[in-house]
Amino acid sequence: MIRRLALPTNYAVAYAVKSCDVDVIAAYPITPQTAVVEKLSEFVADGELDAEFIAAESEHSALSAVVGASAVGARVFTATSSQGLALMHEVLFIASSMRLPIVMAIANRTLSMPLNIHNDHQDMMASRDCGWVQMYVSSAQEAHDSIIQSYRLAERSDILVPVCVCYDGFVLSHTYEPVIVREKDEVMEYLPRIDRPNILDPDRPITMGIMALPDHTYEFKYQLVDALTKVPKALEEVDKEFEKRFNVSYGLYEEYMMEDAEVLLIAMGAMASTAKVAIDRLRSRGVKVGLFRPRLYRPIPIDSWREAFMKAKVLAVVDRAIGFGGVGGPLFNDIAALFANDRDRPLILNFIAGIGGRDVTVKELIDMINMSFKVIERGYVDKPCIYYGVRGLEV
Amino acid sequence: MGCVIREPGSSVRNRTASWRVFAPNVDRSKCVKCLLCWVFCPEGAIEIDEDGFTKVNYTYCKGCGICANECPPKAITMVK
Ligand code: SF4
Ligand code: SF4
Repeated sequence: MIRRLALPTNYAVAYAVKSCDVDVIAAYPITPQTAVVEKLSEFVADGELDAEFIAAESEHSALSAVVGASAVGARVFTATSSQGLALMHEVLFIASSMRLPIVMAIANRTLSMPLNIHNDHQDMMASRDCGWVQMYVSSAQEAHDSIIQSYRLAERSDILVPVCVCYDGFVLSHTYEPVIVREKDEVMEYLPRIDRPNILDPDRPITMGIMALPDHTYEFKYQLVDALTKVPKALEEVDKEFEKRFNVSYGLYEEYMMEDAEVLLIAMGAMASTAKVAIDRLRSRGVKVGLFRPRLYRPIPIDSWREAFMKAKVLAVVDRAIGFGGVGGPLFNDIAALFANDRDRPLILNFIAGIGGRDVTVKELIDMINMSFKVIERGYVDKPCIYYGVRGLEV
Repeated sequence: MGCVIREPGSSVRNRTASWRVFAPNVDRSKCVKCLLCWVFCPEGAIEIDEDGFTKVNYTYCKGCGICANECPPKAITMVK
């Protein structure tokens, strides 16, 4: 029987965690993530989920607690946003280097100051090189399913890397959508409990969280680099298995009208849905524009990204984060680096937009696309990074 | 993988002596066998010989000088 509920993404995530039969949840509430763990604490209190719920005194403690629980073999979950993620920063690296299959949900929110609870991707981008697998989703259903896929991916013996699922604060976290809830018995068939080599067990004593000096640290770090390179293929497999069982798949990225696109808009998260409306309007007028929405953002599936981007004349990269003092936004930097050694490559324009929860409208996206077509006519880019829509600034 | 050590006792392979600049030298004529140096040495590098005197294991002594600092009769000097 299929159960379809009207859920905001926060609840969709909580329902997924419940179906994954998680053992330990540790969290600290922070807007716009709070509802995830609030719902989970309800499930635990009502006896619907047999898990230990730790109301930690900070996000640093919350992630540390799940690190400990994961180290003894528990299936664990935590969730956060913004300042909370920043407070976890130290432990993010510990979790990935210890190769613990932790799953975390992140309702993306801007970083202070000014104090603002609304969405942009600055929080995760400040932690993008922490060795975690990072997925950005664009609907409540995708968030729900991605949490389930994340455990399958993270717990694979050839991966063992923590995973976070990112979704736009408020825009997704608090917006109700119809969600097909995957039931626990079915999920558990997809997600059987498997033994891991890195578990603290008195019968198989090991030392975890060791110290290493210059003669070994680099090799430990490289093992994580190596595991991450296996993630794109592993996620494809995990996604295919998911499709067999639940009849839906998401891939490593989403493409829309990309085939003959001269301008390729690249955007992550909920903004990509708005972009589809903009593209529909322009396509009806014969404008050759398409969309590429990265789902797997870390590690970057380098080959498939390059292949997808090579055919376009201009890549219009919309960053929902600022690369302070840098050449452009973080996504732009990643994409520019993909072509560092190519003579023939698309021109790349970077739009910084949607900062601090400001709407990015269909009209604005059409404007960005039109600006990108002007670049094709001109044949060069004079200003790669455009702070789009800042009041008082002419673009 | 994952910064894990699979068997116990591997720290003996970590020859901390490579960090040493100054080495402790015990003057037996001053030593009163109180064993405070043995208690305080963070590396367990102080051994006790048949006569009850202390003897430094220079494979692991990292030269921190804690023993010399703690020794009541100042029987230990740090030499380069
Ligand atoms: S110098 Fe430090 S390591 Fe060496 S014997 Fe003395 S206390 Fe131990
Ligand atoms: S602390 Fe000094 S006196 Fe005491 S045992 Fe050690 S060397 Fe001898």
